[in-house]
Amino acid sequence: MSSSLAIERDNIRKLFPDTFNQAKKSRIKGQIIFFLILIYLIIGFFTLDVVDIPKKWKPQNAAMFVLDTYAHKDHVTMKWENPDDIKIAFEGNYRSVYGRDNLDKSIPEWFYKKSDNIGNVIEFNNEGKAILYKDRVEIVNFPKYERDFTIKLNANGKPYVVGSEDLAKDDLKGFRITENRVEFRPTLHERVQVYPKKVEIHRYSIGWKYFWFDFSSPLEPYSFFEALGLTFSKERVVPEMSNLKLFLTEIKDNEAFMHGRVWWAMLETIVMAVLGTMFATVMALPLSFLAAYNVTPIKALRFTLRRLFDTLRGIDFLIWSLIFLRAFGPGPFTGIFAIGFTDTGTLGKLYSEAIENTEKKQQEGVQSTGASKFLQHRFGIIPQILPIFVSQSLYYLESNTRGAVIIGAMGAGGIGLQFLGALGTGNDFENVAYMAILVLAVVIFMDRLSAWLRRILIGSDQLIVR
Amino acid sequence: MSKALPANLEQIEVNLKKLTNQRTRSSLLGIAILILVFFSGTLVSLEANAGSFGRGIANFFNYPRDLFIDTFEMGWKYWPRVVKYIPELITTLNIALFSTSIGFVLAVIFAIFSSRNLIRNKRVIQFTKFFMDVTRSFPTLIIAMVFLYLMGKSSLPAVIAITIHTAGALGKLFTEAIENCDGKPIEGLSSVGATWTQKIRFSVLPQVLPLFLSYGILRLEINVRESTILGFVGAGGIGEMLAALIQWNYGADVLACMFLLVGTIIALDYLSAYWRHNLIGVNQ
Repeated sequence: MSSSLAIERDNIRKLFPDTFNQAKKSRIKGQIIFFLILIYLIIGFFTLDVVDIPKKWKPQNAAMFVLDTYAHKDHVTMKWENPDDIKIAFEGNYRSVYGRDNLDKSIPEWFYKKSDNIGNVIEFNNEGKAILYKDRVEIVNFPKYERDFTIKLNANGKPYVVGSEDLAKDDLKGFRITENRVEFRPTLHERVQVYPKKVEIHRYSIGWKYFWFDFSSPLEPYSFFEALGLTFSKERVVPEMSNLKLFLTEIKDNEAFMHGRVWWAMLETIVMAVLGTMFATVMALPLSFLAAYNVTPIKALRFTLRRLFDTLRGIDFLIWSLIFLRAFGPGPFTGIFAIGFTDTGTLGKLYSEAIENTEKKQQEGVQSTGASKFLQHRFGIIPQILPIFVSQSLYYLESNTRGAVIIGAMGAGGIGLQFLGALGTGNDFENVAYMAILVLAVVIFMDRLSAWLRRILIGSDQLIVR
Repeated sequence: MSKALPANLEQIEVNLKKLTNQRTRSSLLGIAILILVFFSGTLVSLEANAGSFGRGIANFFNYPRDLFIDTFEMGWKYWPRVVKYIPELITTLNIALFSTSIGFVLAVIFAIFSSRNLIRNKRVIQFTKFFMDVTRSFPTLIIAMVFLYLMGKSSLPAVIAITIHTAGALGKLFTEAIENCDGKPIEGLSSVGATWTQKIRFSVLPQVLPLFLSYGILRLEINVRESTILGFVGAGGIGEMLAALIQWNYGADVLACMFLLVGTIIALDYLSAYWRHNLIGVNQ
């Protein structure tokens, strides 16, 4: 069987030598291209220092970043010179201190006096405890640790772990001891630091605390839905304003997550994308007619417009936004015009190609009734290209939303700038995560919206090219 | 005959009128919504913008004019300046090309795992599609900023960000290409007992490869723009240089960088249209 097949193949090969040679040639060409790409990838690998990723990657930084995006922490601080004054502050913020007189904020239940009434206990979520005394810190009851530890200050005022010289290195895992600091961090969620001057304890819990109402808000004791329920009650939480107004202003003016500012910035970004796309559509519509050969007989005009589209598109929105930033200052106008100018080029090119690809018969049909040139275009061309126009513009709306975020970050304002600011503070990573999620949600929403509009307007959510 | 028509014609006319009215109504509604969006958007912009709109229009040509004046003052000494920034441009192109290549490979893998005609398991398809949606929807800038923060200044964050975005964006297009390809060659190969990999290699790949390459070239063009922008926030290349020059107010050098960029983008535009034309016959 196999031998007869082989004979057949040889015969075919003899009969059609050209076909086989061509296949061989194109295969060799493909292989050469493949190897060239491979060589480039190797070059790129070294020129772009991809090998350095493990070196540059700081796992500690990344872990802290990720930790802060989903968790919050409370700081407990005790100064050695005044051990009775223990401060408990949310995220270490001096304005968010628990148990202050002017704020009706009681001490959290994980902080309490020990039964001997001398030590102050901080209980972590893993049931480990740090106990603060006037002269020492005790670390007790940590899971996976067989013994408890005591940290004291020596005669020179430097911190040390009592009995550490007798302990093996393995027993001291989780400790980082330098001359001026003893740090105990068994997992990322518990951290005890002892300095010559003070003790600072970070206690992490999972979740975004104070997401709806910030630390000092009168509505903070209530959950979101409780507070929502309160808006229907007549009894005012604060005498100055109605509960509904309080509810809204407290969410808007939240100091930690800044909902009001973030949402306003998001709105700015959306406005940039929507108005920019509208601007481009309105500009490109007449220009594309003038650039299409079946509408405009003047060759010079067509050529000029084509090159204009190329230039508008070639000057990327990065450069447009730099120019407009100088003219309009930071704000949505910069974004609107940068997006509008770039996309006038893109849409103009696509539209004029669509016009050139229209069926000529319909126009001829209208012409046969003695209609004027204008009416021929109105009833012969526009019905054919309208779905394409709508489809293209809506398609660009989604990508422009992403573009507007980027323009914002380069100085035009909006959510991009807020994001940059939050990242720059170096510790508000929950805000960074919040804004990233918000951007993601809005981009996906715009994507769905434009697909939905395309479906109800032209019956198909696929991008129609021609 | 002419007697029989009127009743029918009347009916047709009534229907036509109804339809026209309906269309006019929905068109008017659409236009009203557009105008509403336009005006509310303008109000938001006027509220949020730092400078006034009128002054902005008046100032529009100031900056470009300053740049050109700076350039003309330099005279012939200008051209060496332009050449000076070519290495930076090459870095930017390198970032774009490298991350497009890696993203392309990842996108092919994603697309295979999210195509209904290649994978039977619905869970796998849904998960891959969702994953691609997420990677595609993040602006590259956001990913790059986070990695810049974590890894310090270098080109790597840009490479990572563009690769992630490219994998998602191309993956979606590739999935559509694979799902729309002709099923008969797959059937033919199934009938002679080809394995799954053989089916992909000999029936799907030859059909979709030109389309893939065409999409890839289009992506490369977009990614050159992206890598310039990422340079602007500190990922190296001509973008970073441009940001610095703008800060120092070196008008002539700014214009040199802009010329290089615009020239490259326009050249790539034509080149990619030409390549794609060669690959699939039409420039989609």
